[in-house]
Amino acid sequence: MRVSEKIIEGLLWLSAVITILITIGIIWVLLSESIAFFSEVSIVRFLTEKEWTPLFADKKFGIMPLVAGTLLTTFIAIAVALPLGLTIAIYLNEYAHARFKQVIKPMLEVLATIPTVVYGFFALTVVTPFLQGFIPGLAGFNALSAGIVMGIMIIPMISSLSEDAISAVPRSLREAAYGMGSTRLQTAFGVMVPAASSGIVVSVILGISRAVGETMIVAIAAGQQPRLTLNPLVPIETITTYIVQVSLGDVPHGSLEYRTIFAAGITLFIFTFALNNISFWIKKKYQEKYD
Amino acid sequence: MTNSEKNRLKDKAFQVFGVFCTFIGLIVLAVFLFDIAIEGFSRIDWDFLTSLPSRRASRAGILTAWVGTLWILVLTAIIAFPLGVSAGIYLEEYSKKNRWTNFLEINISNLAGVPSIIYGLLGLEIFVRQMRLGGSLLAGALTLSLLILPIIIVTTREAIKAVPRSIRDGSFALGASKWQTVWNQVLPASFGGILTGIILSLSRAVGEAAPLIVIGALAYVPFTPDSPLDEFTVLPIQIFNWTSRPQAEFLTNAAGAIIVLLAITFLLNGIAVYLRNRQQRKVKW
Repeated sequence: MRVSEKIIEGLLWLSAVITILITIGIIWVLLSESIAFFSEVSIVRFLTEKEWTPLFADKKFGIMPLVAGTLLTTFIAIAVALPLGLTIAIYLNEYAHARFKQVIKPMLEVLATIPTVVYGFFALTVVTPFLQGFIPGLAGFNALSAGIVMGIMIIPMISSLSEDAISAVPRSLREAAYGMGSTRLQTAFGVMVPAASSGIVVSVILGISRAVGETMIVAIAAGQQPRLTLNPLVPIETITTYIVQVSLGDVPHGSLEYRTIFAAGITLFIFTFALNNISFWIKKKYQEKYD
Repeated sequence: MTNSEKNRLKDKAFQVFGVFCTFIGLIVLAVFLFDIAIEGFSRIDWDFLTSLPSRRASRAGILTAWVGTLWILVLTAIIAFPLGVSAGIYLEEYSKKNRWTNFLEINISNLAGVPSIIYGLLGLEIFVRQMRLGGSLLAGALTLSLLILPIIIVTTREAIKAVPRSIRDGSFALGASKWQTVWNQVLPASFGGILTGIILSLSRAVGEAAPLIVIGALAYVPFTPDSPLDEFTVLPIQIFNWTSRPQAEFLTNAAGAIIVLLAITFLLNGIAVYLRNRQQRKVKW
């Protein structure tokens, strides 16, 4: 009896340890291929060259155009998702009836369940033609519509995490604000949002991390032309799109071109890893404790 | 206008703005679903569901894509279910509160934040190259299993946590061992919640295209797979491929395939919500 109990516990332990092996695997795979890459292309070239053309005859290996594309689409997405998501969180918490909230929340969650390739289709075939109606210079592939659609996808993430943060603020604070004669708006922005600010910041950071790693929307709608620009109207390329682009082609295993996707991958991984850990740190350090 | 009147006006204005923001997402969603339905429904017929892919848009179908998606769904479930649930049980019932457990927990939250395409790179190197599985269904399912493992672990833990202490104490008092308690009491009591989490994570896996493209799943597969070692394609990759082509006929095909993909996703989510509601009604501790 005791022996079989121990064996079962050992098996359960093993499944938990697999999660650590996954992390080690990710880091090992990214590092080993990137080290091989950086032995041929210096890290200085990687960080300072202003063009990214590893698939052309005249090869340039500057990651900056891909980083610029990634940051541009991410910025647009957050510029859409933060005001909308935060307003929704405040509205549902401070204004809406409980019944309304109960109906609306699951409907908003639907936005998060739609596969991203479907959002990509939407950005390319609906949003871009719509925007071209009043932005004449807008190219068929562009950062703007990809970013906007990505923002719509992230709304439920920001709204529900912010809402959790706001509803964790104790009732007494809200009642105290009302007692001083504040309107709902003054209560929301004067008391509730500041009290929940760490949770709101965490929701935004997680939203950024999500947007940085998003692949299919940008691969479909933002183009495949790495360029160092902040112009949202022209085709660009993100880190994730580049990895997809190479994966679709026929690049031989072990070649320098093959290794570029791991160099791009490790750049992406560092970004998201840093963002996620900042969010844990904020959550741990700044979360207000009310009793 | 007095100050308090001004403030009241601002308050009302924000209320209107709040309603506007809440509905804008839903309106966009509605416009989008409507657009897809208009474009795609006419394309869906028996031939579309049972035809192989083709260079000619009007003859191309999604047979290989939806069969591939079902294969991936089943294989991923078979691989991820035991792993994720066991890890969840270990963390919730067995592990002691120490640094090691804390490290495991932080690691799992970190994995949940790793972009899916990075899992693709992991799968490409480990499953496709080192284990020599090639761009097969098995390699794809293993990759997606790792991707959804953190979600399954977290939801399993939440479901197990909801089982009250007294159930365990009662079982121990009757002389049951730790595992007997977990197997006979805790798991049956939390199974609804665990199942909900697994179905939700599978609905995520079904919609993923990026990691599968990276491991080398192809857009054009001229046959339906017969074994886990066959090459494959899935609906999201087929949609991506058709969306990337310039001809309008292929966009119509993509819209048709999207309707099928959304039907699968919404069905899975619907089942999950149904199970969760039933669980909440049934269980009164």
